[in-house]
Amino acid sequence: MSLQVVTANRLDDGLVVFLTADGGWSENIHDSRVADGKEAAAVLLKEASAPELDVVIVGPYLIDVEQGDGGLVPTKYREVLRTKGPSVREDLGYQAV
Amino acid sequence: MYRYDDFDRQLVQERTEQFREQVKRRLAGDITEEQFRPLRLMNGVYLQLHAYMLRVAVPYGTLRADQLRELGGIARKYDKGYGHFTTRQNIQYNWPKLDEIPDALLDLANVEMHAIQTSGNCIRNTTTDQYAGAAADEIEDPRPYCELIRQWSTFHPEFTYLPRKFKIAVTGSPNDRAAVKVHDIGLRMHQNDAGETGFEVIVGGGLGRTPFVGKTVRDFIGKNDLFSYLEAILRVYNRFGRRDNKYKARIKILVHEEGVEEIQRLVEEEWAQIKDGSLRIGDDEIAQYIEQFAPPAFEPLSDDDADFERHKAENRGFSNWVRSNVIEHKQPGYAIASVSLKPIGGIPGDATDVQMELVADLSEKYSFSDVRVTHEQNLVLPHVKKADLFALWTELDKANLGTANLGYVTDIIACPGLDYCALATARSIPLSQRISERFGDLDRQHDIGELKIKISGCINACGHHHVGHIGILGLDKRGKEFYQITLGGDASENASIGKIVGAGFSEAEVVDAIESLVTKYIDIRDAGERFIDTYRRVGTDPFKEVLYGDR
Amino acid sequence: MAIVKNDSVIEQEWITVDAEGGLPASDENLIVPLARFKDQRDDLIGRNGGLGVQLNPGDAPEDLADDLDRLSIITVNFPAYTDGRGYSYGRVLRERMGFKGELRAIGDVLRDQVLYMHRCGFDSYDLNVDDETALTKVRAALKEMSVYYQPTGDGRATAASLRDRRRVALD
Repeated sequence: MSLQVVTANRLDDGLVVFLTADGGWSENIHDSRVADGKEAAAVLLKEASAPELDVVIVGPYLIDVEQGDGGLVPTKYREVLRTKGPSVREDLGYQAV
Repeated sequence: MYRYDDFDRQLVQERTEQFREQVKRRLAGDITEEQFRPLRLMNGVYLQLHAYMLRVAVPYGTLRADQLRELGGIARKYDKGYGHFTTRQNIQYNWPKLDEIPDALLDLANVEMHAIQTSGNCIRNTTTDQYAGAAADEIEDPRPYCELIRQWSTFHPEFTYLPRKFKIAVTGSPNDRAAVKVHDIGLRMHQNDAGETGFEVIVGGGLGRTPFVGKTVRDFIGKNDLFSYLEAILRVYNRFGRRDNKYKARIKILVHEEGVEEIQRLVEEEWAQIKDGSLRIGDDEIAQYIEQFAPPAFEPLSDDDADFERHKAENRGFSNWVRSNVIEHKQPGYAIASVSLKPIGGIPGDATDVQMELVADLSEKYSFSDVRVTHEQNLVLPHVKKADLFALWTELDKANLGTANLGYVTDIIACPGLDYCALATARSIPLSQRISERFGDLDRQHDIGELKIKISGCINACGHHHVGHIGILGLDKRGKEFYQITLGGDASENASIGKIVGAGFSEAEVVDAIESLVTKYIDIRDAGERFIDTYRRVGTDPFKEVLYGDR
Repeated sequence: MAIVKNDSVIEQEWITVDAEGGLPASDENLIVPLARFKDQRDDLIGRNGGLGVQLNPGDAPEDLADDLDRLSIITVNFPAYTDGRGYSYGRVLRERMGFKGELRAIGDVLRDQVLYMHRCGFDSYDLNVDDETALTKVRAALKEMSVYYQPTGDGRATAASLRDRRRVALD
């Protein structure tokens, strides 16, 4: 069992985004479409890597997530930081809102 | 200080327009990210962990007041109210939007600044001694040559797609404050037997995953021949540097694999064919650049100032600051004052928009509008009258810029690390903050004396950990941050690469480990010895023992 | 594919062959890789058609020193635009060895590198786009900048020389 979601940075402002159920991109990881298992993840990444998305987002990739109490949480700390913002500036990034 | 003429101005404006078009083409989908990436990098635009990052060049670390003020303005207008000064004497903004960057670059161009070649496999911003033109120990001001290097290297058509990035540093003083021995090319000004001033040329130094102290390829190159000689080195590197492996592509690997004698032979052979060509610069041209960096209008003053002495005697905070942050100027009655960007517990190298504007104002008031950025991530007001130091410090201190810790254990170099950087494997900033707080007591810092701690959040070594007296490298061990300690590194004229002392420490352990190293040093030091001196005398073992015991 | 030279699109008049394999008829214009040229030099220069050599990264243009006047064209291959060795080859061929024939950039030749190539002595560019697009791109690239700091063999005046000229005029 491994849950994965696709993340990327948005082309125009560079902010972290996640691929959503309706094929859009959200700043909130809780909106993301979750792939359960390798095959589903490959499908997800393929969709996110479509050439026409090159004008929307940059560098899509899969990350491992877990279903926590408050919703989806990345397993790697690096990705946790991307969902929040710098740990040394809690007034900045998504954590500030 | 150097002022752009219409040629420089036009070049930067054309570049700004060119990048605006490139951004437009990218946003319209005319070029792919793959094609755009090298173009944005060549203009200092990275994509980092949270957002884009814009790295602005501060050529040879020299800023005018209006430029620093604009840097503050850009932080407010296009970013989130702060910037981060780097070990390349540059400044980075962490939150700009791609579609607004061309406007930011235009604002920069209006104060004769740019982000050209702050990334990419090209010749990067040339760095030098932050005290250039002011230091009492200086042989000659290196900045005229730095400016000539800036021009020679800007859009060099042959050297824009090198095997890897290329960094040049210059020192005009025998006391190397520019770390020239750990650069791709280091230039050390000195006099030859005939009494002429020229450059020792050192190649193949560098940090990163394979650190090397550079080797001398030529003891002396005259000023007129400097540029043909640089071009010869770069051509040899461009042609023969490895391109099969990104991690073996720096010139240090070429020097290491071929041997310095072979590189010397290739460079001399190449140079022999171009040395009398159009890159030879005449004394007239050199003189014009020296004139651009002529000393400001110093007043003839006595070196002793009674008020200065009185303030020192009366105000402990001020005298502490003078002791650590103020050094001798070559002009009697003046001093060089460092503005620490390392408040206890703060983020090394960060400055707010308001702080930048304040330092700009203070430089106008007290330092002939001259400000320097140091590779140790501090600022400098290079030409302050001793009589003005107290007023300066008072204003700095009110803005949390008066920390008295230059060169002390809390004056830590730290890269942005995993808090910002897409490449990092661990965080650097929180660790530097905790070390800073642990050693925050000023009397204790003063007792410890000069101790350079440098922290990198990954093997790329942007935090120069290899040349820290104590170096710390943050790594990822099965999803947890852990930190490897090196001892005995040194970036000065006695450059050396630190040695890994043993197994790494967890985030929870590492500050204690650093403290036990410092305690050991205090225990065993001889009178007058700095940490690095003691380490060199006793070696690694005593320090290993306090860290690992019998482990 | 479109080759742009002297502000126009030109025909491909050359057949490029690999390191091995048969050669076309003797009167065809032929470009061979440097290694093959060194191997079969006497046969190749005895042919009737035009002769050119292709340099790949890692080749030494100096190997052509004795034969430059037999070559009408030298192509320099940029297998990826990030491999900048070809820029040095261009300058060595033009500025040091005095090559006067056509110097053509081939491979991963993109608009944003054309000006640098031009400054290093290239005079034709083989772009992987249609004729009109290629011409538009090369034209735009060549006039994008007008100030140059480095003296190279392309003859464009450097900022330093223009400053000098201005000083002399003022004196």
